[in-house]
Amino acid sequence: MIQASGLRKQYGTTVALDGVDLHVREGEIYGVLGQSGAGKSTLLRCVNLLERPTAGTVTVAGQDLTALGDRDLNRARQRIGMIHQHFALLSSRTVAGNVAFPLEIMGVPRAERERRVGELLELVGLDGRGKDRPHQLSGGQKQRVGIARALAGNPSVLLSDEATSALDPATTQSILALLKRLNTELGLTILLITHEMNVVKSVCDSVAIMAAGRIEESGAIADLIRTPGSRLTREIFPLPEPAPAGSVTLTFTGDPRQPVVSEVVRKFDVDLSILGGSIEDLSGGSVGRLRVALDGAEAPAALAYLRESGLIVEEAP
Amino acid sequence: MTWDEMLPLLWPATVETAQMVGWSTLFTVLLGLPLGVALVVFDRDGLRPLPAFKSGLGFVVNVGRSLPFIVLMIAIIPFTRLVVGTTIGTAAFVVPLTVGAVPFFARLVETALREVGTDVVQAAQAMGASRTAIVRKVLLPEALPGLVAGLTVTVVALIGYSAMAGTLGGGGLGDLAVRYGYQRFETLLMIVTVVLLLVIVQLLQSLGDWVARRLSHK
Repeated sequence: MIQASGLRKQYGTTVALDGVDLHVREGEIYGVLGQSGAGKSTLLRCVNLLERPTAGTVTVAGQDLTALGDRDLNRARQRIGMIHQHFALLSSRTVAGNVAFPLEIMGVPRAERERRVGELLELVGLDGRGKDRPHQLSGGQKQRVGIARALAGNPSVLLSDEATSALDPATTQSILALLKRLNTELGLTILLITHEMNVVKSVCDSVAIMAAGRIEESGAIADLIRTPGSRLTREIFPLPEPAPAGSVTLTFTGDPRQPVVSEVVRKFDVDLSILGGSIEDLSGGSVGRLRVALDGAEAPAALAYLRESGLIVEEAP
Repeated sequence: MTWDEMLPLLWPATVETAQMVGWSTLFTVLLGLPLGVALVVFDRDGLRPLPAFKSGLGFVVNVGRSLPFIVLMIAIIPFTRLVVGTTIGTAAFVVPLTVGAVPFFARLVETALREVGTDVVQAAQAMGASRTAIVRKVLLPEALPGLVAGLTVTVVALIGYSAMAGTLGGGGLGDLAVRYGYQRFETLLMIVTVVLLLVIVQLLQSLGDWVARRLSHK
């Protein structure tokens, strides 16, 4: 749905994007995770060409945006929704007026506009608030207006620029739940950037980890979790790094209650001590990560058994 | 001087001042608003960056701003004659008043438009709004309270300028104050004129503040 290749962006001598490739599949929620200054905001703004990349191409829904002239680019942008960290609502307009704004730009007739605005406000849970002014709303409600506005043109893609970063944790969760619902119900493809791992954990199907203008790691979260030594796994699970010598780190996906650990102790002549671990709920299911020390003559056989049972076994040297 | 003697002088003078200020305000808005928009739109990081053109415009505006009004008024007499055919009378002074106020108002428009957050402008760009739509539907409505405040300041300045215009044959309250208050030592009329101007300015300022407040939804 979104395909960016070889993106570079330079401001003078500062390189904000240093050869970024991004592939977002239709219907997925794709998170770009990184600290401020990593280039993720520039990347997002290159997707709808708010920033024109110094080199590289951006294709959204099969259309190469970098090749379009002003008029066609504006038309393409009407099919790409965007929400913003500080909401970017017009204070001169009511809530309904804000949602109607993109429809006016598209030349939708008044009656049709009013009907659509009603639908959109209901969709985001703000029915009846149309006549309010943005300053009368809470942060979470403002972002809901932002989302309604972004969806006005029936976009196939929604870009989210740190949309929950200005919100408190409970409101963040409710906005994320709304995004997830829109993703499932409308089949909306969402590309979001964030510096919060929590956002990635709660809603994302895929993730790209960015640092210093480059993507360090990317892919489906379920795959990355199964990749030994992946940055994502290390960042999600707060186990001390590097792993102490002789320790073994087990990652298990699926039902967290499968009793493999007790089985190993029963079947093999080993002593097992747990050094640390946790279970995280990701959008695709729960994932556990356990660091243990295995001692005893049958330790190698026990490890082989764990691998056979589908666990990812990482042995520290 | 009695009230009966003063009223026939005060009323026409007030009307002349109102005419000079009213017409020049109208033309100032018609010319200064687009000029102020141009200063923002063609700026280096504006919607349509044309830095060289914007520098040119800025230079012209600064020239207009740096000339004292009384000098400007005399300097553009040939231009005034070209436009209205005469250089005396209330109508003639609408020209220098407008020429003097346009750059002033344009700068205030520029400032008000710059107050509009870049985030809302970029949000509109992300929605595929054309530059014209952004000016008409985002910049101007969002800046409206600031524009009204700027207009109020401009009108008050125009009342001040119009008093100077009075001394060169434009009529109005300034002319009255000079001819009777200064040249004939009619102290009472001088005081009445001063009070009248004060009241007019206060009323206009309060009206402007009230409208700006009503329009602001921050």
